[in-house]
Amino acid sequence: MKYESQKVAYWYILSALALFGIQVLGGLLAGWVYVSPNFLSELLPFNVIRMIHTNALIVWLLLGFFGAAYFLIPEESEREIWSPKLAYIQLIILLVGTLGAVGSYLVGIHGGREFLEQPLWVKFGILVAALIFLLNVSMTVLSGKRTAITNVLLMGLWLLSLLWVFAFINPDNLSLDKMYWWFVVHLWVEATWELVMAAILAFLLLKLTGVDREVVEKWLYVIVATALFSGILGTGHHFYWIGLPGYWQWVGSIFSTFEVIPFFLMMSFAFVMVWKGRKNHANKAALLWSLGSSTVAFFGAGVWGFLHTLHGVNFYSHGTQITAAHGHLAFYGAYVALNLAVFTYAMPMLRQRAPYNQVLNMASFWLMTGGMAFMTFVLTFAGTIQTHMQRVIGDYYMSVQDSLSVFYLMRFGAGAAVVIGALLFIYSTVVVRKSEVIAPGPANPAPGE
Amino acid sequence: MAEILTKSRARNIFYGGSIFFVVIFVGMTVHSHRYVVETSTAGMELSDEVVHGKHVWEENSCINCHSLHGEGAYFAPEVGNVMTRWGVQDDPEGAFEILKAWIESQPSGIEGRRQMPAYDMTDEDLRGLAEFLRWADQTDTQGWPPNDAG
Ligand code: HEM
Ligand code: HEM
Ligand SMILES: [Fe+2]
Repeated sequence: MKYESQKVAYWYILSALALFGIQVLGGLLAGWVYVSPNFLSELLPFNVIRMIHTNALIVWLLLGFFGAAYFLIPEESEREIWSPKLAYIQLIILLVGTLGAVGSYLVGIHGGREFLEQPLWVKFGILVAALIFLLNVSMTVLSGKRTAITNVLLMGLWLLSLLWVFAFINPDNLSLDKMYWWFVVHLWVEATWELVMAAILAFLLLKLTGVDREVVEKWLYVIVATALFSGILGTGHHFYWIGLPGYWQWVGSIFSTFEVIPFFLMMSFAFVMVWKGRKNHANKAALLWSLGSSTVAFFGAGVWGFLHTLHGVNFYSHGTQITAAHGHLAFYGAYVALNLAVFTYAMPMLRQRAPYNQVLNMASFWLMTGGMAFMTFVLTFAGTIQTHMQRVIGDYYMSVQDSLSVFYLMRFGAGAAVVIGALLFIYSTVVVRKSEVIAPGPANPAPGE
Repeated sequence: MAEILTKSRARNIFYGGSIFFVVIFVGMTVHSHRYVVETSTAGMELSDEVVHGKHVWEENSCINCHSLHGEGAYFAPEVGNVMTRWGVQDDPEGAFEILKAWIESQPSGIEGRRQMPAYDMTDEDLRGLAEFLRWADQTDTQGWPPNDAG
């Protein structure tokens, strides 16, 4: 850690990890309700559990992005953060908002647009926190050295905050409501967050592999160009069946197919940089997460996204378990794993010690990744059967669900593996151990302590 | 990457191209907005009842179990075409009656069956909800869903 103010990232990461725990436990609970539907049904209905699961996810990913920005911007800009105090105020606002939202969900106060259920005051809190953040990082970057990484990162963060405005726009006309809702949901994960992801990935690879900055930054611009050129009009893949013009079927199918490219490029980028790299960085776990993130993102977003994006396929698969399968692997690969990569890289420095607990950390990577992959497979099988029985044959929804119970049982098992992996990750990053569980060999420069 | 693609060229392509696509997207959004108002949802009035029904739908977060036009959760049936499935799409009174009976019979309490929570709704809420769902059902959704099962 070169700059004192990078320390603020530490608190962002700790808060993010706590919410990560809540998110996966919420998911496990939701998965259990699928297996045993009467469980808690009167006390804590499925919709409330699901809101906690998805909202905790989004908030912790954002906290992670903010923390990553506070960690990497000082190093890139070569100066302290403009105001560490504002950064802490921002964090407090976000935490109060999050706890307030969870509290209101538990007593039955919530909005009704999926993912945007937060009470109005929480939405405003998020807006204020975002503005504080933008002011803080922009002032830091503008008065320091400017690099392609901070350019792209800032652009992504500015645009995603601007899009938050659509969280306040809820027309009475349902079709318009849905159209503008996607401006937040799709243009976040398939445009602006991709900018953030690519910038953070570029930073990590720069540090971990020691490849020339010129090379890294050229890749970065090409990746984000393909992301926005495809992702903006790719929004059309959500406009097929909600009351919008028919031309979206072609625009959406064609452009969202191109959305695979940036994910393929990010994966190639990661592997090529490691291949060309001159450095043998001691933090092997951070490298594993970086490579893993870009690879799983390619499969979850790229392959599983393309699976149901053509309108002829989507006509049948729309809103089935196939969507849930894709949503899980895409979010996990692109944004969960990327955040865990930054945490793994930054935490040792923030705690001023050599990389530690790497073996446990890497074990948690395989547990979580294996669990998420398995969950994706079983949900894809369930979704395929559902699509055929319900959408092609025309059997009623509830009776089709009855024939899918074995897949939901396996999903629960996969979820349990993910939860164990997540807890192991939290343990290995937060709880200090004196030595590695397995001592490194002589060829491995990782400090064994 | 080839030498002709320098970093600054890549950056300029990124900025220029993004602006180009944003402009096209904004144009198509304006057109789509007008299409919704004038064509796809023009068949039925956005009455006070429909608007109230939409608020009831939102306050109870029905979307986190059900899907509506295929979006939402996958835990409970699609409701974008439920009025057609129940055969009351063209019968406001029947729609209200059947929805009222449905809501009041929940939770079913059947062991091993997914449960819908109990809701304490006024007749006004229920009428609004029924009108909202009928409104949604008559939207021109390009022929989706493939059949009445939703
Ligand atoms: C990291 C990037 C991505 C994430 C996090 C993500 C996540 C999601 C989520 C959560 C949904 C469900 C939304 C809902 O609740 O209705 C969804 C839907 C969808 N995604 Fe993605 N996605 C990503 C990238 C992609 C890509 C690259 C494609 C296409 C190649 C794609 C194609 C689709 C389609 C077609 C749907 C609609 C499914 C339906 O009709 O039910 N996604 N995505
Ligand atoms: C312990 C592991 C997990 C389990 C058992 C689990 C289970 C579930 C369940 C049951 C739902 C509701 C699906 C429905 O509406 O019927 C859900 C939704 C969702 N979960 Fe998870 N989840 C887990 C982990 C995760 C992780 C790690 C992520 C992020 C990578 C995630 C992201 C999401 C998203 C985005 C949705 C909304 C999906 C959509 O609308 O398409 N979950 N999850
Ligand atoms: Fe999308």
